[in-house]
Amino acid sequence: MDFGNVRFTVEHEWVRFDGENAVVGVTDFAAGELGDIVYVELPGAGTVVKAGEVMGTIEAVKTVADLYAPVSGTILEVNAELENAPETVNSSPFEDGWFVKMKMSDLAELESLMEHDVYQELTGN
Amino acid sequence: MPYTYHSKEDRAAMLRLLGFDSEDRLFDAIPEGLRLDQPLPIENGRSEPETLRLFKRLAVKNHGAHGLVNFLGGGIYDHVVPSVVNNLASRPEFATAYTPYQPEVSQGTLGVIFEFQTHISRLTGMPIANASMYDAASAMAESALMAAKATGRKTILMPDSVNPRYRRVVERYVSGQNLLIEAIPATASGQIDAGALSARLGDDIAGVVVQTPNYFGVLEEPWAFSDPVRESGAMLIACVCPISLAIFRPPSEYGADIVIGEGQSLGNPMSFGGPLVGFMACSQKLIRQMPGRIVSRTKDVDGHTAFVLTLQTREQHIRRAKATSNICTNQGLLATRATIYLSLLGEHGLTELARLCHDKAHRLAERIAACDGYGIRFGGPFFKEFVVECPTDAVAVVKRARELGVLAGIPLEKYYGETSRRDLLVAVTENNSDEDFELLCDALCKARDAEREPSNA
Repeated sequence: MDFGNVRFTVEHEWVRFDGENAVVGVTDFAAGELGDIVYVELPGAGTVVKAGEVMGTIEAVKTVADLYAPVSGTILEVNAELENAPETVNSSPFEDGWFVKMKMSDLAELESLMEHDVYQELTGN
Repeated sequence: MPYTYHSKEDRAAMLRLLGFDSEDRLFDAIPEGLRLDQPLPIENGRSEPETLRLFKRLAVKNHGAHGLVNFLGGGIYDHVVPSVVNNLASRPEFATAYTPYQPEVSQGTLGVIFEFQTHISRLTGMPIANASMYDAASAMAESALMAAKATGRKTILMPDSVNPRYRRVVERYVSGQNLLIEAIPATASGQIDAGALSARLGDDIAGVVVQTPNYFGVLEEPWAFSDPVRESGAMLIACVCPISLAIFRPPSEYGADIVIGEGQSLGNPMSFGGPLVGFMACSQKLIRQMPGRIVSRTKDVDGHTAFVLTLQTREQHIRRAKATSNICTNQGLLATRATIYLSLLGEHGLTELARLCHDKAHRLAERIAACDGYGIRFGGPFFKEFVVECPTDAVAVVKRARELGVLAGIPLEKYYGETSRRDLLVAVTENNSDEDFELLCDALCKARDAEREPSNA
């Protein structure tokens, strides 16, 4: 898998960017640590979020984790599939299990995020 | 576990081990100036018979509702509690107010809670019910917080016809979370002013509370405003009397999002005003905003039916400051009693009971209205409770009736001010006999005559 245009946060989220458009999800490491994900609560399209803010929750069998906005911007679309099949986050964290698509308002924020190899080190891989 | 205190020998042995010659050495770290150098000024212990005598003397100063002819209501009612309820609920397996810390070990407790939830769900028509709340007032406050969370809005509309005690609890409870509580007036029928309510709706209103029957005993007509409420995006919070639901339309039919109420009347004594037991039910979409505990039925690894606590992940021990609520237990014993009571009465029994209360209340209202000087304050339809308009101060009427052994009701002036000076809230249950009605009417007439005398003289 090509992680050239993907950046990572310390909250174990990923951002795949293309110009000012971005797709956000959680990493395979995060999905594995949470265990079976049973519910995700996502912000509605049109919501304006700021980097670092809580924008939703991820509920697993044993815990509930916050979903943070990795970058600032406006939510364009949420992954409606997750409503009925939240386990997709476990089975396909980088592809079908994406959370939101957003329009970034400050591309410079990407520079403070980690590239794939740095993130790999963080998780001890 | 029995409590065993340390004997003198035990203490001496411990001090020897520590190498101390006296217990004072244990407090060396506390500066001497701060230490109390004399015994506490409290009385010595008393013997068991002395203590019993003291408490019996104090206890007879209480006048329970049962020694008197009782028409008190306002949220707590004097219904018959069948002996079976006391008998079953006092079994040691049930006699605990707590869901155990390792809940799944106690399948029986979870099974009872599941049945409680099922009863509440069937009565209210709502798909989800929780394991009970502390009382209706705190359940109402929690529902206000739920509505605010679900809508992202801050204002709750609270009609004047809602129990004023509940209103005060809600105000105090949500004040730290910056919610605003705004009043909506009542009309001459004793019901919510639907026009004023609809006019106030807007994108700042998180929820609208409707209590039916309301504090005046009058049934509201929620379908008169439930459509505008839904269209405005606000949550409709219904506070209901569970017994009344046996004969009136359930809140699910008028689009309530959250349903709460008081379960004291279901097999629980008045107990001088508490403990009480609240209930809460909601629509499917609000399940993750619902506070408290929810028991679900599932299958264990061997395929046997088993009960589990669900949605615990949103509570304090996992989410800490971000938990859905600070409710960390349920009102186990009283909810158990309510479950036994509802199972005992069944659908037919509860319907019969509701009809009986309704019919008796209407019979009494007619008799009171026939007493010279007395009338029924509001024109709206009522269930088992109604407001009497007295010819004089309701407080004076209550005082006079009390002298005659009758608890006539609740004077409304302290909640609604001077304009309600003559208003008296009277509640009727199946427990009230025709003789009780006679005694109340007689007391009301005597109170009226006593007040008239001075001016006639």
